[in-house]
Amino acid sequence: MSDLPKPDEFLTGIDHKMPQTDWMNTPTEIRKGMYCYASNYKSVEILGLPNARPWNPLEDDWKLPENWQQIIHEGFKERLDKFRSFKVFMDICVRCGACADKCHFFIGTGDPKNMPVLRAELLRSIYRNDFTTVGKILGKIGGGRKMTLDVLKEWWYYLFQCTECRRCSVFCPYGIDTAEVTIMGRELLNLIGLNIDWIATPIANCYQTGNHLGIQPHAFKDMLEFFVEDIEEITGINVDPSFNRKGADILFITPSGDVFADPGTYTCMGYMMLFHYLREKYGFDITWSTYASEGGNFGFFTSHETMKRLNSKMYAEAKRLGVKWILGGECGHMWRVINQYMDTMNGPADFLEEPVSPITGTKFENAKSTKMVHIAEFLADLIHHDKLELDPSRNDNFKVSFHDSCNPARGMGMFEEPRYVIKNVCNHFYEMPANTIREQTFCCGSGAGLNAGENMELRLAGGLPRANAVKYVHEKFGVNMLACVCAIDRAALPTSLEYWVPEVDTTGMTELVANALIMPGETKRETDLRGEPLPGMEEDDA
Amino acid sequence: MNLKKILKENKKQIIKKWFDAVVETYPSDTAAFLKRQKDPFANPVGGMTIEGIDGLFDQLCIEEIDPEKVTSFLDPIIRIRAIQSFTPSKAVGFVFYLKRIIRDEVKNDPKLVGQFRDIETGIDQIALYGFDIYMKCREQIYEIRANEAKRISFSAFERAGLLRDKHGNDPGLLHDAEDLDAENEESGAKV
Ligand code: SF4
Ligand code: SF4
Repeated sequence: MSDLPKPDEFLTGIDHKMPQTDWMNTPTEIRKGMYCYASNYKSVEILGLPNARPWNPLEDDWKLPENWQQIIHEGFKERLDKFRSFKVFMDICVRCGACADKCHFFIGTGDPKNMPVLRAELLRSIYRNDFTTVGKILGKIGGGRKMTLDVLKEWWYYLFQCTECRRCSVFCPYGIDTAEVTIMGRELLNLIGLNIDWIATPIANCYQTGNHLGIQPHAFKDMLEFFVEDIEEITGINVDPSFNRKGADILFITPSGDVFADPGTYTCMGYMMLFHYLREKYGFDITWSTYASEGGNFGFFTSHETMKRLNSKMYAEAKRLGVKWILGGECGHMWRVINQYMDTMNGPADFLEEPVSPITGTKFENAKSTKMVHIAEFLADLIHHDKLELDPSRNDNFKVSFHDSCNPARGMGMFEEPRYVIKNVCNHFYEMPANTIREQTFCCGSGAGLNAGENMELRLAGGLPRANAVKYVHEKFGVNMLACVCAIDRAALPTSLEYWVPEVDTTGMTELVANALIMPGETKRETDLRGEPLPGMEEDDA
Repeated sequence: MNLKKILKENKKQIIKKWFDAVVETYPSDTAAFLKRQKDPFANPVGGMTIEGIDGLFDQLCIEEIDPEKVTSFLDPIIRIRAIQSFTPSKAVGFVFYLKRIIRDEVKNDPKLVGQFRDIETGIDQIALYGFDIYMKCREQIYEIRANEAKRISFSAFERAGLLRDKHGNDPGLLHDAEDLDAENEESGAKV
């Protein structure tokens, strides 16, 4: 026998067990694939945010202002005074652990510092040290610690491993919302210029041109006109959308992701077909805006102030055009901002009317103050009143499941409307397991500005719990299409599913509606919006 | 005495030992969770790991290993470990833990040693498949990054040459994955 060690002897030499240190003593290693690039300083400058400079998270020197500790301390204090909830969240956690294993990032990465309770402890440990007497006296034993550069790096690394999805808060007996803690933490980081580019540059673009991509108004219009051509090819109908029209009844706003990224583009075509249908049948009067051309609000991932700035432009445009109310497309955090923050930030929007559907007469009571109605509610109401002529069999190639996007689900409590719409336009619908949908839904893994390419491992790990449930319905029922009502989902899920369950594709709700919608005067449809043959049309195609 | 038969009879406890060893490659808090939570939707890592090693174990107990089946059981586990913070050897090395566990079962019984070599060869074979899967997963991560960049810089926009941000660059969201990497590598020093 050879003297060479056997393979397992190599391995027994390496202790496979992890070191058992408590979290405060486990150093943070910034690992490639897990973090987003630092923001381009030009974007930070445009926004007038502090400490614009080139910096690189992998280098030791983060080029911080000399008095950064003082800035963080004062910023912390200011926010404790200003936001009661923040102070309460700092004080009342009993470390029961109910939230600990509920975060998709903990579940997927296996990194204990991604337990929501520890994410909040990042800030809480400093809070104890800086703002409580007990914490000051007891130090580490009491769970307090001083703000050092290492702690700051840990903050930055882990506060950008939270998609602010709020799943953890559903399980906390005290209702502690770790997403709010992350939001505060990121706000503090922004005070000393620690931002990420996937957030800062879109905000700078949005601030200047009205959308995250920096698409100029004429280009935005050109883009929709390309869709007009595509729709005409499929249906024989010219949908002729209207832009920036003063005096229109309703303004439509959707995330720019629907305009620029597949498969959101098909959902965008769906909106255009729906509006045309409603105009022909019922004289529905709606306009797009090339200025308020973004529903998404990356300001939400930066600071309350930035969120407010971006949100206000939608209302400014509604005012300028003199519309009655706003209809909003399939977006995630746009709705969280509208539902949770808009009213106290920029509202109430008194210059608009309380939304009433001009077709059914339904009053959207829940939008009384914000004056903005969700397309799923609007569609569900139309279908309920039998106002749409539909042929669900056109979606028969799809076995559909529905992913509750975190923000519409947990941020505004919308569970039934999208399901009702989808079940009316599709014949084959299957739910994922109960502990992965509705209020317990798992995040796509890429929200809150973490949809960049460079943090792909993080995104795939965070996407695992969702994808795992998709895999289950795929294997059990043959599900091949995952529907959602969020543009970030439509960008993130195809990527995540490509890795975990490549047999399943992603769609928006309105795309499915438009496939089924029988438009007056349309030619016989042979394909769906993606150009794939409709059921029974395969031979004609050959 | 037939070793494979003994293994089959003791499957439950061997699988448990193997699962515990795999799970202990994670930090202790995580390991505790992976062991405790039995719902596969609340704990996909634990669920997929147990399902996978169970299938692999059965493969070892039959006459000849079926590469397709081995891949189908191994892939979900390695797919997960390939995106977690493991080195390649740690991502795949869990397969070898089984040797130690089985050796403990055999307890130097001279009649079983010969048969144990067969099992060892099977385990080595599985580990080699594991390395293939690991490499495939890593390559796929790069591929899907590139595919995503393509999907996001929607072709019509490219056709129209419409996208410029205020700095005169393509906006951050539309960067090619490779451009972005190159840029970032320089960033600290130059931008
Ligand atoms: S808000 Fe979501 S991502 Fe953040 S800690 Fe809670 S569960 Fe995790
Ligand atoms: S569930 Fe609530 S109280 Fe319990 S550890 Fe989590 S945040 Fe603290």
